[in-house]
Amino acid sequence: MTEQEIYANLSRKFGDKVIEFMEEGTHNPTVVVDAGAIAKIVTYLKDDEKLQFDSLMNLAGHDADVETEFSVIYHLVSTELKHYITLKVFTSRDEPKVASIANIHRTADWHERETFDLYGINFEGHPDLKRILMEDDWEGYPLRKDYVPAEFYRGMRIEKVK
Amino acid sequence: MGALNHKFNENILITSLDKLLNWSRSGSEWYFQFGLACCAIEMMSAAAARHDLERFGAMPRSSPRQADVMIVAGTVTLKMATRVKRLYEQMAEPKYVISMGSCANSGGPYWQHGYHVLKGVDQIIPVDVYIPGCPPRPEALIEGLMHLQKKMREEPVLAKKED
Repeated sequence: MTEQEIYANLSRKFGDKVIEFMEEGTHNPTVVVDAGAIAKIVTYLKDDEKLQFDSLMNLAGHDADVETEFSVIYHLVSTELKHYITLKVFTSRDEPKVASIANIHRTADWHERETFDLYGINFEGHPDLKRILMEDDWEGYPLRKDYVPAEFYRGMRIEKVK
Repeated sequence: MGALNHKFNENILITSLDKLLNWSRSGSEWYFQFGLACCAIEMMSAAAARHDLERFGAMPRSSPRQADVMIVAGTVTLKMATRVKRLYEQMAEPKYVISMGSCANSGGPYWQHGYHVLKGVDQIIPVDVYIPGCPPRPEALIEGLMHLQKKMREEPVLAKKED
């Protein structure tokens, strides 16, 4: 199935929860969906006979600019039917939250923790959402565009960017 | 040893205890076996057959209790820095530190935007020898170890240290 067909399929099934289809200017054709509905959509993509998206290749956060919203990107593949789709959700800077898919694709467990660790996006329903790379007592989310590096960490100096 | 020379049979050498201790110490630089980044690959290569660190008496130990030298081979992240410091404190005296490569020396490529990297391992533990390079070749590590041997041989052990 082509990405266009998958988008049409999702649109029929989920209506206005499926927001947009982006083909121009993106590396992969991408379906933008509602952040709250992502778990339902991924479940449908996994279980449907014609889609069979059984594997999550990647899950990543993205912060384009201090003015814009955060986004989370999902790369799904069907190892049976050999087709791909990229999903994208947007979430606000002030209260970033996205439904977790860790119970649907186990791959998402650590990927969501990493995204939480570096962007501070809360994945609601994640079984164990805590930092994975940075120390537990680390303050701030380093990959946010408005992140300001701390001067000290546990008494160790972090040199200021000059 | 002046007047005592040639007074004994063959196979008897006369030296000072300091020199003997330093000689034996410098001939067994057992280093702590851990690596932090790509420098560790060069360290492993230095230990393997082609460069063979053991001909200098240097061999890897997997416990800090048995190690004499800590080779900080790679990027010291702030998270790892706390562990490196603790491991250093667990080593028995006398202990030495070799800072291998740009990252351990000064933060290297993470100097400017490395929010998570310690800018030089000498901020947390005392360093005896710095080896430049990114990463240094095994020959450079061997030279570093030989510099450390030289330092060890010149160290007073029993003689009172001059203030």
